[in-house]
Amino acid sequence: MPLFENILLALSGLRANKMRALLTMLGIIIGIGSVIAIMTVSSSMTHSITENMQSMGANNIIVSVTQKSDSDGTAGGHTLLFRRSAPGAEDLISDEMIAEYRAAAGERVYAVGLTQALGTFTIKTADGSAGANATGVNSEYAGANGLTVARGRFLTQADEDGARPTAVVSDVLAQALFPGTDPIGRSFELTVGAKIYTLCIVGVYRYENNGMMLESTDATPVTELYLPISTAKAMAHAQAGHSYITVVAAAGEDTAALLRQTERFFASYYTRNPSYTVTASSMESLLDSMTQMLSTVSLAIAVIAGISLLVGGIGVMNIMLVSVTERTREIGTRKALGATNGSIRAQFIVEAVIICLIGGLLGIAVGLALGAAGAKLLDCAASPSVGVILAAVAFSMSIGVFFGYYPAGKAARLDPIEALRYE
Amino acid sequence: MAAQSRTPVIEMRGVVKRFSLGTGEPLEVLHGIDLTVYRGEFLAIMGASGSGKSTLMNLIGALDRPTQGSYVLDGTDVSTLRDKELSRIRCGKIGFVFQNFNLVPRTSALKNVELPMMYGGVRGAQRTQRAKELLAMVEMDDRMDHLPSQLSGGQKQRVAIARAMANDPALLLADEPTGALDSATGRLVMDLFHRLHREQGKTVVLITHSPELAEECQRIVTLRDGCVTGERRGGGANDAAV
Repeated sequence: MPLFENILLALSGLRANKMRALLTMLGIIIGIGSVIAIMTVSSSMTHSITENMQSMGANNIIVSVTQKSDSDGTAGGHTLLFRRSAPGAEDLISDEMIAEYRAAAGERVYAVGLTQALGTFTIKTADGSAGANATGVNSEYAGANGLTVARGRFLTQADEDGARPTAVVSDVLAQALFPGTDPIGRSFELTVGAKIYTLCIVGVYRYENNGMMLESTDATPVTELYLPISTAKAMAHAQAGHSYITVVAAAGEDTAALLRQTERFFASYYTRNPSYTVTASSMESLLDSMTQMLSTVSLAIAVIAGISLLVGGIGVMNIMLVSVTERTREIGTRKALGATNGSIRAQFIVEAVIICLIGGLLGIAVGLALGAAGAKLLDCAASPSVGVILAAVAFSMSIGVFFGYYPAGKAARLDPIEALRYE
Repeated sequence: MAAQSRTPVIEMRGVVKRFSLGTGEPLEVLHGIDLTVYRGEFLAIMGASGSGKSTLMNLIGALDRPTQGSYVLDGTDVSTLRDKELSRIRCGKIGFVFQNFNLVPRTSALKNVELPMMYGGVRGAQRTQRAKELLAMVEMDDRMDHLPSQLSGGQKQRVAIARAMANDPALLLADEPTGALDSATGRLVMDLFHRLHREQGKTVVLITHSPELAEECQRIVTLRDGCVTGERRGGGANDAAV
């Protein structure tokens, strides 16, 4: 019997028992729906995280000073008890090390970014006030972090060498402090500790909320304020070294390979250091571990969804067995009219597949709606994957074949004489 | 008898049917039946319940195989065929008419008539065309799209007869076709069988326990305790000569 006839037959059977069919499909709908929803949410999360991290510089390598961990709790004769909790001046990455590193790495490194965090301040002028997060940076920082200056210039080596009181601010801050006027060349005061410093604005960059920061309810968000690293170190009375540096690989450079070499290079300075060493990490490696974590979570939920599909499939099998029993006479009649065992089996398998397919399609609709809602809640663009949807369709159909096979086989093996006599 | 050819449609020789009831002695229901039915014959098989009538009908209808003996149906020995081949035989050579109609539920009269052709591999338009002609023949063409639940008993049986005729079978096998009908409707159904026999030369085997119905046929075979105990000419014997 042609497939098309079987499909029509199955549909008319389902129409006759709408409620029952719907309840049977529920397991499949929930299973497929949750898989699609989870996949949509997690893929849109991965997507937006990847995008954000890329904008933050995926080929940046962060080299930071970290404590040595020893399994026996001792480090170079010192016990843990006597180990310093913060790295001292001799433990930090010195400017000499960086210079040697630059010389060794040569063209492979695009820039080395240095930073000295000062903290968050509220800056006031006669015209207004705004919050700013002040960080001392070197001249290469802008290139290392993809910062583009909209007006004026970024900090220069001369600013750094002279520890000049210059600053690069965001357009948001500039607008708040000096509304309606050109901020370049204007000065503002910054109070660090007990001392007041006057800084002159030399450049303005465009502020972009990259989505990783929480949006504050304030009209003006707290933005980054950059000043020369030497200036910042003087303000903070900080040690000469750096607790971490940012290395930017040159375009086309293998970040992973550079990462390992960089770590080895800096670690060589620390072989004699009892407590500290350096570790290098990149956005890429961070991204990897994050996507890995996300996919682990997705997998766990997918397993639960799989169980729901299994239960749904058993529900389909159950209802098919009921259907076979109910239609025993019909099966007998069909056999008397010339239906072969194979065509009876095909009829019932097609019916189970149709139930699962409709359930699967409804599940996909539910899943897409839930996924879109979830993605909206997490504030990232929903990106449902066509592959996952096709897989869901194929999977629900295979559930139909798998769980429909036994009832269909039972129907096919019915003795026509017994079946015709069945009341 | 003159218009009747002497080609046998059914040729049973020493047919024995035993059922094994789990443990113990198998139950022998038919003890060596010899039966020949010729093309164009209208035969009645009579017997009380328990006489083996139903078992014989199942064998004639190729729903079952004899334990012993041979059964040649329209030139094919069906006593040794496998399930799939038996399905083919039922599809092409036998038209069943049941006491309780056995129309497939939730399926229109037209689709019911199309069923045997569907299993026989007749394609779409041709199948529908033939089904419509058959329904017109049984005067049911105005109710083609009705579901079985929307039809009366007599109407259902007429649809069932149209369905039995679908693949132009060698044999119409009717099991108490008027058993579930009132006498007036039953009469109409019987007239339809007579018409098919007379006008289209169909071989009809009627299984019944009613002597009046049997009397209308050309030949009456009586079954008792699994043996053929009597065979005589019925009142309808002269029909074919008319």
